[in-house]
Amino acid sequence: MSRPQEDVMPSGRFSVARLLEERGVSRREFLAFCSAVTAAMALPATMVPKVAHALDKVQRPPLVWMEFQDCCGDTEALLRSANPTVGELVLDILSIDYHETIMAAAGHQAEATLEKTITDYKGKYLCIVEGSIPMKDGGVYGCVGGKSHLDRARQVCGSAAATIAVGTCAAFGGIAAAVPNPTGAVGVTRAVPGATVVNLPGCPCNADNLTAVVVHYLTFGKLPAMDGHGRPLFAYGKRIHDNCERRPHFDAGQYVEHWGDDAHRKGFCLYKMGCKGPATFHNCPTQRFNEKVSWPVASGHGCVGCSEPQFWDTSPLYRRLPNVPGFGIEQSADKIGLGFAAGVAGAFAIHGAMNALRKDKEPTDDHQQGED
Amino acid sequence: MQAEHHCKFKQYIWELPVRWCHWVNVLSIVVLAGTGVLIGNPVFIGSAPQSYLMGWIRFIHFVFAYAFAVSVITRMIWTFQGNCFAGWREYFPFLGVAGRAEMKKVFQYYTFQRKHPPETVGHNPMAATAYFAVFLLYWFMILTGFAMYAEHAPGGTMHSLLRPVYAIMTTQTMHLYHHLVMYLIIGFVINHVYSAWLMDIKEKGGEISSMFSGYKFTTGEYAVCKSRFWDFFPWKNKP
Ligand code: HEM
Ligand code: HEM
Ligand code: SF4
Repeated sequence: MSRPQEDVMPSGRFSVARLLEERGVSRREFLAFCSAVTAAMALPATMVPKVAHALDKVQRPPLVWMEFQDCCGDTEALLRSANPTVGELVLDILSIDYHETIMAAAGHQAEATLEKTITDYKGKYLCIVEGSIPMKDGGVYGCVGGKSHLDRARQVCGSAAATIAVGTCAAFGGIAAAVPNPTGAVGVTRAVPGATVVNLPGCPCNADNLTAVVVHYLTFGKLPAMDGHGRPLFAYGKRIHDNCERRPHFDAGQYVEHWGDDAHRKGFCLYKMGCKGPATFHNCPTQRFNEKVSWPVASGHGCVGCSEPQFWDTSPLYRRLPNVPGFGIEQSADKIGLGFAAGVAGAFAIHGAMNALRKDKEPTDDHQQGED
Repeated sequence: MQAEHHCKFKQYIWELPVRWCHWVNVLSIVVLAGTGVLIGNPVFIGSAPQSYLMGWIRFIHFVFAYAFAVSVITRMIWTFQGNCFAGWREYFPFLGVAGRAEMKKVFQYYTFQRKHPPETVGHNPMAATAYFAVFLLYWFMILTGFAMYAEHAPGGTMHSLLRPVYAIMTTQTMHLYHHLVMYLIIGFVINHVYSAWLMDIKEKGGEISSMFSGYKFTTGEYAVCKSRFWDFFPWKNKP
């Protein structure tokens, strides 16, 4: 079967659509994927042909996947589903140049590949970062191939066309950056201020959102519109609480009080169990995970707010409000506040009692202004 | 022994906007704290799926939040429009020598080192200093409150206007401090109502009723004064 000439790119690389075809993805599956990803990007259905056309034509950009202080959870989330989806294949096709966890090469060979990609495709390759970057003490707390994470991040992200920070650690420092942050961990934006970064926080990041960002980049040649934290609006533009299927129970005042109680079995709202949906922006309720099977709140556990900055320090898993700084974790904001109000009331009650004993009463009250 | 009786002058102190703003604030703070506590710790027993309890409580919180914000802003504008007892300078008595001296007397009275409180025509200088602090708390509540509120529509006008708030606080931090500062305001109210009661008894100038009628009873007569924007300059002292 002969192929149209334009499928073969000057560099010998092939279009995304053709690579998919070679991996056994039918045209029908490919178009279904284009519709799903267009919907994920919150674009109208009329954009589907444009996305399909772009993927038909576009040359796969070289891509490197850097791991810093991470748990590999984003890689795992991407690789571990039962049936590889078209989305995973798109990423798979893209990510062959360098990925410490899944690449076959090792040692100097692996580092040479990275070096080659970032010099040959300077300013053209995509970079995905997983994990936070330790900045303290000159970045001595993490190194690969004899170079600190910080130096590698500056070198690789600094000359990438765009960097996608996947997971909360790469976006905001994440768990490694939790107080007292011993390694001075930060996200890519802080470590490499000049880099073009899009943040996909989440613990782990939803692979569908990653696919959608990549496809957006391939289709439009630029990163999607972002919010104040550098997160794409299509995925982080709405609060979980505002799209949650348990929201009617929240508004009705029906809450789970204990794990496994009647309300829990009936699927009531998890607000009082510490759900962070009201403070978290993510498309979990609509995009869901593992091919839309479920998401945390649907499975009966409150949202932990994993895609928000400083989530580990400000989102105790089973209490709604963070700990009050300077007080032990047993003290809730209400206990401290009520203690304070009671203290004030007590102090003034004593003051009032002492005033009642003052000898300044009528009818001898004849003082004038300023008199003692 | 015959008690000496002084003639007292009836003096118009609190103009209408001051009184209205005060009582609108009081009402909204009471409602906001009541609904706020329920938002923070909902205790609804036997609520049915078709009810809209939390929905209404939040709605009431937001309606009074708007009333409160409008009232606070109105009162701030009035500091440049009303009489000098309402003027912005009242809130910084510690900036002037005379104010500091008065403040010291009030402090001595409160700590039982002085038998009688000094007569205050406008705000008592210690109280005025506290009002300034309370105004800062008001603004904290308004900014964090509207910042949490605007999160239902990110990218909207209100959300964009409040960008500086999001830059310094995470949403969780806003919830925590919005909750905690309520207790600071409650602490102030306890102190404030107690002091108003105490001064009403001790000064006998009609302190509490003055916030309803506008009139206080003073031992001297004071000229009607005006607060103007250029009072902002320290060499322009109030009459
Ligand atoms: C003196 C004034 C106020 C008091 C005492 C007060 C009190 C409270 C309290 C205790 C909470 C619960 C916080 C939590 O535990 O998460 C709350 C929530 C809230 N307040 Fe206020 N508040 C005041 C003013 C305002 C204002 C001016 C606004 C502006 C719109 C506002 C908007 C909100 C919002 C949006 C929430 C969160 C509701 C939710 O998460 O469902 N508040 N308030
Ligand atoms: C939520 C409760 C309250 C708050 C937050 C509050 C706050 C304030 C503030 C900020 C002022 C300064 C007014 C201005 O300069 O515009 C003030 C004055 C005053 N308030 Fe209240 N108030 C509260 C409740 C009350 C109550 C219940 C009373 C009556 C018992 C009262 C009596 C007065 C009086 C007499 C003044 C003028 C006193 C002076 O400054 O010398 N207040 N209040
Ligand atoms: S479960 Fe969580 S996100 Fe859902 S309505 Fe309740 S508080 Fe909001």
